[in-house]
Amino acid sequence: MEQKTKIIAEKGKQEITITREFDLPIELLFKAYTEAEFLEQWMGLKVIKLVNKNHGSFEFETIREGRVVFKANGTIHQIKKNQNITRTFEMDNLLDGIRIEFLDFESITDKSSKLTMQMIYKSEKHRAEQLKLPFANGLNMAHNRLQELFNNLNHQQNGK
Amino acid sequence: MNLRRDVFQAIADPTRRAILLLLTSQAMTAGAIASNFNTARPTVSKHLQILIECELLKQEQNGREIHYEINVDKMKIVAEFLEPFRQMWEDKFNKLEAVMKTYQAKK
Repeated sequence: MEQKTKIIAEKGKQEITITREFDLPIELLFKAYTEAEFLEQWMGLKVIKLVNKNHGSFEFETIREGRVVFKANGTIHQIKKNQNITRTFEMDNLLDGIRIEFLDFESITDKSSKLTMQMIYKSEKHRAEQLKLPFANGLNMAHNRLQELFNNLNHQQNGK
Repeated sequence: MNLRRDVFQAIADPTRRAILLLLTSQAMTAGAIASNFNTARPTVSKHLQILIECELLKQEQNGREIHYEINVDKMKIVAEFLEPFRQMWEDKFNKLEAVMKTYQAKK
């Protein structure tokens, strides 16, 4: 299956570009980014504040078992309905700093649309911090899978 | 086949995973890497050797110093490095699509 989400993170640069095509009209894609009700559903968080206007702002958080596990905020510099959002994005307690996000919404057909997210970090190092977490999880997952495989093999051998 | 060169063998060790993570931010000398661990320096060197052998790391001569860095160009680790991040967004966007389709159907 073709991968719908594409990531470009070139070496030596301080930006990441994410592109994705959706089987959704552009109005719905834009809604998913600008209405709290939908943001909460697909991002799995709580919207504390969301002011969709030029010089607006937002605040999100996720609480698990009474503890805040994720907190993010930023300012919306510019917003053009069904076209683009330019905003800053900062996650609490992470080392990736504040990034600038350029979100471009494009209509492909009346039933499909494309999102291009260009995220610019303070430095290549800050970008690496962002990529690190899922990478760490990925490494651990690969290792766990391997461990499982070994365990199964051992079980089979012991069972003989 | 040299098992040492197996990528999975390389990442099976927690110290080696920690070294790889450490080097995602910047290239470092063996000494600087070792200073991040409580293990003896020769042990760290051994881990570095294994990571070099399986081509997850490469060495770069920098004046008198040798810097170790993640081998992003050659290795399949390129994909593996970005893949979890991509997968994270893929999952989120799949959810977005599903949520909005449900909403669309209800309208």
